[in-house]
Amino acid sequence: MSAIAAAPRLTRRRLIWDRPEIVGPLLIAPAILYIVVLVGLPFLLALYYSVSAYNIFNPSYTFVGLRNFQDVLESEIFRRTLVNTLVFTIGAQVIGLLLGKIGAMLLMQEFPGRRIARALVVLPWAVPVSLATLAWLWMFDSLYSVINWTLAAAGLIDPANRPQWLGRQDLAMIAVTVVHAWRLFPFGVVIFLAGFTSVPKDVLDAATVDGAGFWRRNYQIILPMILPIVLIALIFGTVFTFTDLSVVYLLTKGGPINSTQVLGSLAFQVGILSGDVAHGAAICLFLFPFLLVAVIVLLRVLRRREN
Amino acid sequence: MAAVAANEIRKQFGDVVAVDGISLAVRDGEFLVLLGPSGCGKTTFLRIIAGLERPTSGEILIGGEVVNDIPPRARGVAMVFQGYGLYPHLTVANNIAFPLRTQGTPRPEIKRKVAWAAALLGIDHLLHRRPRQLSGGERQRVALARAIVRDPTVFLLDEPLSNLDAKLRASARSELKRFQQTVRTSTIYVTHDQVEAMGMGDRIAVIDHGKLRQIGTPTEIYDDPADEFVASFLGTPPMNLIERDDGLLGFRPEHFLPREMLDGSELAELPFRIDRMEYLGSERILYGALDGIAAKREVTAKLPAHVPLAGIRAGEWHPFAVRKTELRFFDRNGRRTADRQGRDR
Amino acid sequence: MPRFASKLAGEGSFYTAVVVLVLFAAFPFYWMLITTFKTDGDLYNLKSVPYWFNTAPTLEHIKYLFEDTLFVQWLSNSALIGLCVVAITLVVALPAGYSLARMPGRTAESLGIGIFLTYLVPPTLLFLPLSRVVSILGLQDSLWSLVVVYPTFTIPFCTWLLMGFFKSVPREIEEAAIVDGCTVVGAFVKTILPLSLPAILTVVIFAFTLTMQEFVYALTFISASDEKPVTLGVATDLIRGDIFYWGELMGAALIASVPVAIAYNLFLDRFISGITGGAVK
Repeated sequence: MSAIAAAPRLTRRRLIWDRPEIVGPLLIAPAILYIVVLVGLPFLLALYYSVSAYNIFNPSYTFVGLRNFQDVLESEIFRRTLVNTLVFTIGAQVIGLLLGKIGAMLLMQEFPGRRIARALVVLPWAVPVSLATLAWLWMFDSLYSVINWTLAAAGLIDPANRPQWLGRQDLAMIAVTVVHAWRLFPFGVVIFLAGFTSVPKDVLDAATVDGAGFWRRNYQIILPMILPIVLIALIFGTVFTFTDLSVVYLLTKGGPINSTQVLGSLAFQVGILSGDVAHGAAICLFLFPFLLVAVIVLLRVLRRREN
Repeated sequence: MAAVAANEIRKQFGDVVAVDGISLAVRDGEFLVLLGPSGCGKTTFLRIIAGLERPTSGEILIGGEVVNDIPPRARGVAMVFQGYGLYPHLTVANNIAFPLRTQGTPRPEIKRKVAWAAALLGIDHLLHRRPRQLSGGERQRVALARAIVRDPTVFLLDEPLSNLDAKLRASARSELKRFQQTVRTSTIYVTHDQVEAMGMGDRIAVIDHGKLRQIGTPTEIYDDPADEFVASFLGTPPMNLIERDDGLLGFRPEHFLPREMLDGSELAELPFRIDRMEYLGSERILYGALDGIAAKREVTAKLPAHVPLAGIRAGEWHPFAVRKTELRFFDRNGRRTADRQGRDR
Repeated sequence: MPRFASKLAGEGSFYTAVVVLVLFAAFPFYWMLITTFKTDGDLYNLKSVPYWFNTAPTLEHIKYLFEDTLFVQWLSNSALIGLCVVAITLVVALPAGYSLARMPGRTAESLGIGIFLTYLVPPTLLFLPLSRVVSILGLQDSLWSLVVVYPTFTIPFCTWLLMGFFKSVPREIEEAAIVDGCTVVGAFVKTILPLSLPAILTVVIFAFTLTMQEFVYALTFISASDEKPVTLGVATDLIRGDIFYWGELMGAALIASVPVAIAYNLFLDRFISGITGGAVK
């Protein structure tokens, strides 16, 4: 082997891998491709189906204009569904946020067992939707509901006349809202906790020196400062509840008699179970304007954060 | 032949012109400082030489060869960044060896060179540590070792002392200068600190708003500024500039002394009202105003502290003067004009 | 009221509130736990106190779950899907996140936010057309349909997470590597990737948990029992006719939930930081 050192193998030419203007887009391309093909295209497909008369048993692509939307809007079940979706969403957000804020304020304090408490509080949100909902299904069971047993034992209800949580329309609505709120509030706790700890201490100290009491500090100083974070959480929570299918499907399948249907479960029922893809798609698309609003609000909040 | 030459380098980012037609040449073995305020384009210019940015127009020549289309690795440059840019996941030895590995240098050669560079910088005992275990000064030495190990044509240093605290900076400065004089590699050093520039540079290139204002030795820059910007940028406190009908008249605070301290003729006499005084240990700074003459900023005089302040008190007028040879004249555009004879007032 | 007593009352109400909240959150899991180990006789006895065991706890439900149902198959399905989805996500999101973090100009910003917003597009909007796509690809009733579709939500979120992470790594390190001899891509692989292990780990955990939690696509694309992931299988197959096998159901739910819950707890802070755009540390 000669003792001459190997010539440096650094090329003097600008390779493709040297050009950031090529490498940059190249690296993003797969992600963009994936999203365009498996999100963008299906979305367009949904639009396409919603203005056709496509169903599983008769897969023909006939254009029917806005007739599906008309049909859907005229359906009483759909109108009820729309109302339900809104009711569940708003109800769950309100309860979830409230509990979230209270929970965060509680968990901010140092106390023995705080870490365990936080881990337990996070559980409802961490665990897969379907599995958690099954637990509630069991808890709401028509015969063996532990809730009913407890209420009866406390003398609050008549044991011979147990509430059918999933069998009566009004009770079913409550049940679904409770499960949604239960799933949501840990997310709220975590977000509020993060928000509270992000407020710099000197701002709070300055407020205290200026004479601000507990409530004023809370509502006039802390809340405005963490508003962006809370808004982001609110948007996520709203979107997840509004577009939910799993909770309703597993708890009530939309019953009793379609009284707890939501857009997602109705679309599933119509589009998959009944095979009426066209109407199913139309129902799905009612999610879209709502999503658009949520996205725009989120963008505004994010933009303001950047500044 | 110049080690590095830049011809009319221009760099535009969208609408913003960062470098506006700079041409200069770095002589072999020279320590050239690029001095200027933050955002003046000096770092961008350095990065263009390194090859990390491409100029909008203009040419860079290294060793006489146009390198515009040659990637950084083949330009024969080595760069030390402001934060040193050490690889956190590698040991000091592997940091220094990195450029050799990418070149495909054989193992025994790498070992030899790393040992040599480490010995040169006095960091042999640190070879097995990681960057996060090192002090600021040690990190700088590792960065220098990594730079020298490839035997580059030119060193490019981007404000390497700015991350050190003040005390360390002075000793690091002299270490760096001594190091450069030992290895005799052409060096381009970017800084906004004029003390560093004056102390280290063989020549200084003063840059502002993307333009080269003046390039020369520290003496030339300080005593013979080409324009108002250079005159004001160097010197603490900055040169006094007073308004005249056709431009500005400048004189440095250390030349602005009580009349009684100056002897001889050819003095420009300027009564000085002292508003306040600062005692800084080795010197005294007097702040005030001249009688009826508008100045660009508060007029200052800098006296050595051991000079007694007989009869000089705050709030009072005192006759001060400047040797006419120390007067500098600038025209309306801020450019330096020939010194004129004659008194001002 | 003397201050001592009011302080005690204050503390008392504090702890009461904490207990109530924790109970509300965690009781269903206690209920899952207890149901899993109660005998059927104890479970379906209206007269007994349901909060504790009235007959000795039993392992029969667990046994049944593992021996007589497809539970183990579902668990391995979920694991397989998770692994594949994580791999796809890493391969796609790592370069994308890096590129977006380093790209100059506002287009990168907008692109990054755009990709993140895709995360908000719900399965309930896309499941219908995707079900047609899946059947066209011939993947219906196969868990591979999920492997293909799940990255549509893991990639946006993980790209966003990684983008935030890479932005926090100083550019000097790559630039030093470039001057030292690497190409742009080489610098990324040799210097940035080794530094990214914590972020990569976070992405792996989140992609995995996101995959484990999904239900809608699974419900839509798969009806063959042995192809089901655990979230679907447990919800649909542990019911014979109208009879719910509650012991087995709760046991399955518990076992499948535990790893996800643990992972979430460990990585909570990073998740929040990711969602709020790194604004909250």
